[in-house]
Amino acid sequence: MPSAREMRLRIRSVKNISQVTRALQAVSASKVRKAVQAVTATRAYAEQAWKVLIHLYEQPGHNSLHPLLRERENPRNILVVIITGDRGLAGAYNTNILKHTLQFFKDKTQQVSYIAVGRKGRDLLLRRRKDVVADFSNLPAAPAFSDVSAIGKLAVDDFLAGKYDEVYLAYTDFVNMISQKPVIRRLLPFELDSDKQVMQGLGQSRIHAAFTYEPEMEELLGYVIPRFTALQVYQAIMESIASEHAARMVAMRNATDNAVELSGLLQLEYNKVRQQSITNDMLDIAGGAEALAKSAG
Amino acid sequence: MTIRVVITSQDRPVYSGDADIVVVPGTLGEMGILPNHSPLLSTMKFGVIKVRHKDEELVFTVAGGVVEVQPDQVTILADAAENVDEIDIARADAARKRAEELLAKGLPQDSDAYLTLQAALQRSNLRLDSVRRYRKSRI
Repeated sequence: MPSAREMRLRIRSVKNISQVTRALQAVSASKVRKAVQAVTATRAYAEQAWKVLIHLYEQPGHNSLHPLLRERENPRNILVVIITGDRGLAGAYNTNILKHTLQFFKDKTQQVSYIAVGRKGRDLLLRRRKDVVADFSNLPAAPAFSDVSAIGKLAVDDFLAGKYDEVYLAYTDFVNMISQKPVIRRLLPFELDSDKQVMQGLGQSRIHAAFTYEPEMEELLGYVIPRFTALQVYQAIMESIASEHAARMVAMRNATDNAVELSGLLQLEYNKVRQQSITNDMLDIAGGAEALAKSAG
Repeated sequence: MTIRVVITSQDRPVYSGDADIVVVPGTLGEMGILPNHSPLLSTMKFGVIKVRHKDEELVFTVAGGVVEVQPDQVTILADAAENVDEIDIARADAARKRAEELLAKGLPQDSDAYLTLQAALQRSNLRLDSVRRYRKSRI
């Protein structure tokens, strides 16, 4: 059994840890609120943009409208934009999205390259000897569209240059405070995604006549589609940030609860040890006194 | 017969309602869109959007973007958009002064900072001009 002193030290360190995790939990709680606000604010625009893309997709012969909408036969090279956090201590947040992604591309015969957004993702990918072609770490805590538009642009440019035949986006969808879902979506060439809720009840209702384009179709689509692609990346990053904070908050709450419980148990143990040592001391004294009395008598 | 108008800027939904006619600043010129317009997709330049319904006219400033027209709906995806009546004149004025001062310091003409500032200045000017021209309760 450890000594009373050791136990005291242990209790103190557990209490210190619980204070740290409680502080982290409070910080994450306030950050998650802001992040959720930001993500819901931009959702409206993203949904409207999505609708426009769907209408474009439903145009007769959409395959030939623009290179970014065109399916390529026998895709050989795949690019994955994977969004993770810069920091750990967020429960399973970083590992979940990474595992999900690796699992998804495990059976692909094509060459898979990665763009890592977030330090954790980059490190984990490099450790697994994956091909990381670009790294966007240390994004600001609340990125503006202009901070991340470069990511979408890079993906579009490389796709158009023929370096990659498909581009995927892997991020964590913020469902609610306790549930975040890793999602993988194909970004380019654009495809309809049956998972997406905005899809439901949209688009099927009307028959679409062909669009008139102003300015010329080529020029207009060349402006609109890359922009919307960058926007999807932006939206995914906002969702991921909200998810990260929520995951961290929950992880830290669990850690705090565990620390409090542990310190309670340790305290009980410590009390026992202390009582035991007092009893021992008393016995010693009593024994000593008795021996003295005997020798005197 | 009316047409539904949805104006969304990058950071928030700005307006949604019915209209008899919508005028948008297309890249190739102003377009008046009436109900049952044929499908159209166009980019927009700096300017004002006018939404008229019965006797009421709402005016919004817009800093470029995309407009999609369906027979029953106009969707406006703006880089930035504001109702003229909601523009904070003091703020816009301060923003303009700030941009002008910074530009006066003489940045390299092609630098990102210069272009951003110029865009900011353009936006502030647009806001102030629109307020002067369109706000009902002129100050």
